[in-house]
Amino acid sequence: MVDNDDLLAARIWRRHTPREQLVRYGVMLVTLMLVVWAVRDIDIFWPWVWDAPNQISSLGSRMWPPDPSRLGEILDAMVETVHIATLATMLTIFIALPVSYIAAQNTTPNRACLWLGRFILVASRSVNTIIWALLFVAIFGPGVLAGILAIMCRSVGFIGKLMGEAIEEIDRRPVEAMEATGASKAKVIVYAIVPQVVPAFFAIVILRWDINIRESTVLGLVGAGGIGVILQGSIDTFAWQTVATILVAIILLVLVGEAITALLRRRVM
Amino acid sequence: MTGPDPGEKRGARAWRKPSFIANPLLRYGLLVLLAGYLSWALATLPFNWERIGEGLPRAARIFGGGFPPNFSRFDLLLTGFTESLQIAILATLLGVLLSIPFAVMAARNIAPLPIYLLGRTVIIVSRSFHPVIVAILFVAAVGFGPLAGILTLTLYSIGFVGKLLAEEIEEIDWGQVEAMRSTGAGYLATLYYAVFPQILPRQVGLSMYQLDSNLRASAVVGIVGAGGIGSTLMNAFGRYDYDFAFAILLVIIAVILISEGVSGWVRKRIW
Amino acid sequence: MLEITNLIKRYGQDEPVLKGLDLAVEGDSVVAIVGASGAGKSTLLRCINRLVEPTSGSIRLNGTEIINLRQRELRRVRRKIGMVFQGFNLIDRLTVMENVLAGRLGYVSLFQAVTRRFPAEDIERAFVLMERVGIAHYANKRADELSGGERQRVGVVRALMQEPEVLLADEPTASLDPRTSEQIMMLLQSLASELSLPVLINIHNVAQARSYTDRIVGLRHGTMIFDGTPGEFEKEALDAIYGGIESPEDATTTPETGTEERETDHDRT
Repeated sequence: MVDNDDLLAARIWRRHTPREQLVRYGVMLVTLMLVVWAVRDIDIFWPWVWDAPNQISSLGSRMWPPDPSRLGEILDAMVETVHIATLATMLTIFIALPVSYIAAQNTTPNRACLWLGRFILVASRSVNTIIWALLFVAIFGPGVLAGILAIMCRSVGFIGKLMGEAIEEIDRRPVEAMEATGASKAKVIVYAIVPQVVPAFFAIVILRWDINIRESTVLGLVGAGGIGVILQGSIDTFAWQTVATILVAIILLVLVGEAITALLRRRVM
Repeated sequence: MTGPDPGEKRGARAWRKPSFIANPLLRYGLLVLLAGYLSWALATLPFNWERIGEGLPRAARIFGGGFPPNFSRFDLLLTGFTESLQIAILATLLGVLLSIPFAVMAARNIAPLPIYLLGRTVIIVSRSFHPVIVAILFVAAVGFGPLAGILTLTLYSIGFVGKLLAEEIEEIDWGQVEAMRSTGAGYLATLYYAVFPQILPRQVGLSMYQLDSNLRASAVVGIVGAGGIGSTLMNAFGRYDYDFAFAILLVIIAVILISEGVSGWVRKRIW
Repeated sequence: MLEITNLIKRYGQDEPVLKGLDLAVEGDSVVAIVGASGAGKSTLLRCINRLVEPTSGSIRLNGTEIINLRQRELRRVRRKIGMVFQGFNLIDRLTVMENVLAGRLGYVSLFQAVTRRFPAEDIERAFVLMERVGIAHYANKRADELSGGERQRVGVVRALMQEPEVLLADEPTASLDPRTSEQIMMLLQSLASELSLPVLINIHNVAQARSYTDRIVGLRHGTMIFDGTPGEFEKEALDAIYGGIESPEDATTTPETGTEERETDHDRT
């Protein structure tokens, strides 16, 4: 190990020719200038910054102790949050799989499908869940449907991209063997491709479900259902002790979600 | 099992694919559970069908109003983006610097247990909350504007970079630490000479990744009032300025794609 | 009866890999195709079931011209051509039985394929063949739990499930240890006479070619430079095929004392 590291260090060391050194100083200078520009130009009222620690600790003290009086309501909203994440993840699968199929180089029927698939993935991934939620709340009104659709729209890109990569990484040889038996394209997929990507599929869906639990906690801030609705309401009415209860509940939910994910992943692997 | 039973050597033998889940009780139990869950979830979720029914005409109005996207208020758009960029840069700088002490605290091999627990708690808490929730709290504490955005994304970066860095520290080559200690170096000197050199290359790559990630997040924390392009987008949406909103959305997508490309390129050069 | 006339294959604008090959194989003869890496052995075999698209020439299987067939008819003909691969090309995550039944994919409907509801006679045939090669007790084991020799037996049974009229074997023993590869060669030889099936075997090990086949075809740079019985295959033929390229040390030794020979990189490369 030590020898190896020394070797690596030696290699990095040799890379620092004078020209490299110049580049490094250049990068540092540019970074410094960017930071100076950002600090001087940003629209911040500096006295507030020095006052921020006071404000934050005062907000913290107003939250203490957490007030459990609305616990029943909070629990219901938590269940709703989980429902949104779970249903949206399940529904996403039906869209993401065909998209990943046409977006993978080795299975796509033709170039037009390939680019269509890639476009869907990029569009889905570049728009954040909460922006999708904003759009769907405007269309379908506040509520869980907008939340489910928002989570789905963002998850399609995630699951589709990773599944597409899994399809591109399969072993080609069983595919060749299935083609040699005279099997049709659909049968080749069922026998040679599907078994190879099943483990990746479960791992990806479980991972996304975990992420979706987190994401669905904020949907309510734009009116798309879940715990965020109560959180927003409590903040608007300055019910800080209720806010604290909700925050604790969210941490617990996320930790439970992580534990379930870890358990499932070990089962699948 | 359908192994070759000597008793039925001749004549047609049956074969069924062994089930994914061997125990039939468990298999059907899971199916029933799934069906039960789905019907429970769908029955209890409050769908406002009347309002959803109005969706299509509304969608037509929004998309009709949104096309073609209107770039005439380009100044406003540019101001929003500049602010997002500034938020992302400052938050990344602060976050990456602050993540180092928290990572040291949260690494089991160099931190005493009470400090370790404290460091882990900070990292777990900052990772559990979506940045938007953190942002809404900071907006409540320090008011609307980019300051709340910077604080939010700093915390977000500490959570993410701190966790990875702590794992990195836990996997360092211990021989170098022992070598430093054997020369009689103090705790901080050991950290500086034996630990940091081992994690620094990784830290540079992580900062690039985090800058990209913060730029994305800065677009959304603005939706709850924490400054940047997100606030501009939220205002446009609130005023039913759909053509301007779509213009902002398109620019956000473009910027994210460029930033992803640049960050990927830089990380490839460094690693 | 398999008749190949004037077969030419060129990749892009390069020098052709196969330069007007003529070959006729009939009855239950076992034909070894020998040649150095890059001589075109693998391309020749893959042209016969059109896993590689021939540039020009004619390939007739029992009177049917294979070259210009469209997708549907091509699949019908492929059913009649069994193929055994160097890397076994099994679907690792499926059971041995599913791998074997995959040989019937050209015959069953998509529904039957997806639900694994194969006709009773297919299943019976699978058991009989698996018993013949000694792997029936593995029916419900996953394919990747088997040893190399067992895996190649699965590959052979899968090819035989197609009820082929000709069997192609592309370096079937190159990934196996010497003892196991002897067993596989023996198996192929006896299956050919039991099922009166013509077998074409690409093989690197000249000693094995001489002991287990009825006829040896020597390729060099895409042209046939030897065609005769193992008895006629003497030193000068060997030099003509391998001369100046490489000289397999075990070429003249008998199979009982044959040294290990492995060739893992692919012929086409």
